[in-house]
Amino acid sequence: MLKEITLGQYFPGRSVLHKMDPRMKIILLTVFIVFIFLTKNYVSLAIMVVSVIFVILFSGVSLKLYFKSLKAIIFIVLFTSVLNLFYGTGDPLFQWKFITITQAGINTSVFVAARIISLVLISSVLTYTTSPTDLTDGIEKLLKPLSVFHIKIHEIAMMMTIALRFIPTLLEETDKIMSAQKARGADFDSGNAMTRIKTLIPILIPLFVSAFRRAYDLAMAMESRCYHGGEGRTRMKVLKYSKYDYIALCVVCLLCIGVIICNIRLPITLRTGM
Amino acid sequence: MQFIDVDKVVFAYDNDEETGNTVLKEISLSIKKGEFVALLGHNGSGKSTLAKMFNGILLPDSGDVTVCGMNTKNDETLLDIRRKVGLVLQNPDNQLVASIVEEDVAFGPENLGIDPVEIRKRVDSALKAVDMYEYRDHAAYKLSGGQKQRVAIAGIIAMQPDCIVLDEPTAMLDPQGRQEVMDTIIKLNKEKKITIILITHYMDEAALADRLLILDNGTILTQGSPKEVFSKIELLKRHKLDVPQAAQLAYRLNSCGFKIDELPLNADDCVKMILAQIEKV
Ligand SMILES: Nc1ncnc2c1ncn2[C@@H]1O[C@H](COP(=O)(O)OP(=O)(O)O)[C@@H](O)[C@H]1O
Ligand SMILES: [Mg+2]
Repeated sequence: MLKEITLGQYFPGRSVLHKMDPRMKIILLTVFIVFIFLTKNYVSLAIMVVSVIFVILFSGVSLKLYFKSLKAIIFIVLFTSVLNLFYGTGDPLFQWKFITITQAGINTSVFVAARIISLVLISSVLTYTTSPTDLTDGIEKLLKPLSVFHIKIHEIAMMMTIALRFIPTLLEETDKIMSAQKARGADFDSGNAMTRIKTLIPILIPLFVSAFRRAYDLAMAMESRCYHGGEGRTRMKVLKYSKYDYIALCVVCLLCIGVIICNIRLPITLRTGM
Repeated sequence: MQFIDVDKVVFAYDNDEETGNTVLKEISLSIKKGEFVALLGHNGSGKSTLAKMFNGILLPDSGDVTVCGMNTKNDETLLDIRRKVGLVLQNPDNQLVASIVEEDVAFGPENLGIDPVEIRKRVDSALKAVDMYEYRDHAAYKLSGGQKQRVAIAGIIAMQPDCIVLDEPTAMLDPQGRQEVMDTIIKLNKEKKITIILITHYMDEAALADRLLILDNGTILTQGSPKEVFSKIELLKRHKLDVPQAAQLAYRLNSCGFKIDELPLNADDCVKMILAQIEKV
């Protein structure tokens, strides 16, 4: 069950997106997300949605995995878009007792759903096509300027590398502990909220104990391998922008210009903030 | 001067001066370059503690550990020592730092500040040395236990050490994983002349070593070649230690009046011994 979680997972491959520099991917992802939220009419929304679809197809990662990442948020998407459906202003298209549905309500809920789904999909593309080390490397390099404020960027990046490395290990362990507790008669699926929270304690305590033991071992293994902080450390993979990065940059710039033009030239569908 | 010298080392985890909790009691031993030493002893006899002394993860309360003349107590040469003496732990899951195989292997050389091109070369050759080159871009957590342990060994080899200390590297593995890891260890010792200090519970693994060291309650009980050590069956039994099954059988036959010339340590030698006995009869 927990194995379904694809958070922070990387799927090795040889696609163009795999070959891109993580720094460029992070920057472009940020720009992309901002522009997803700047779309003001259906044409500009369509531009972003279609490009998300293209990016996914280019990533060379099985579509099944993207559906998996959507499964986790489908409830939130449905909830917020249904809620928005009833909160539109303007002339009602449909009225039944206290329920009114307006054109504006439909617009908002379509935009909300499309934006959240695009956001999740495009972020998944980043983690699916970037190895955790590359990802943290990219973040480390991008945040480097912050070290003038005495923020320990290298340490933060190392912590992220290790966290990403141990997510699957700890998930597997949680699964094992749950099975072990079930075998002892634990019941995780019934009772009210309070009793359910209480049944989590026998899972969390062994998990914590084992995580500390792992941390102790890991620290020792890292020291044995001459780890002594970021000073004087080199990297095997030197980050370098390639032609793919420049092409991607151009493509995203064109998309953004497209969105801006559509927003200005075409009538605005969505007036509310979200 | 030997490669590694352990001189009258005393160590306790908590220093409340009670004699009861001293883990290592005036241990002295030395390891030659290129040797394959197996360290045996029952649980809690201080094997892992001693292993952590070899590369300065733990420092002796009194006495000295020197590697190539460098004392582990000297902070300035500590990195040099750790580059020369690598440590592989029991649980392969807890010693891999990066998620991808080759990135993990690169971790050690990266810490040493080596040039990226050179790191690449070392990582490739280390992965080839442990037969994991095809897996270089795989996610580490999806590998089998034996494969993970070989990646951990590759991570040490990439630092080009003179010696590898392995603390029960096969304890959590299935028979196939154990075999893979043992083959790798022996290959490294024979072909790359890397000194091996292997801590193990498996007597058949220990029988492959050049020299055995038996640790008991923080002191060295006995040491010598596998044949010498395993012929002291009475002593080992008294300290609740096993001998290889072949040696056990020879011992039983001997006590029934059969004359055994050479102590067999594995199944093949054992078969030869029995055939020789049958011919005599
Ligand atoms: N981190 C620790 N803190 C306190 N005591 C420890 C620690 N590690 C081991 N010990 C104790 O030291 C003794 C020797 O342990 P260890 O060296 O792990 O033995 P072995 O590896 O031979 O089983 C044991 O009695 C154990 O309880
Ligand atoms: Mg131990």
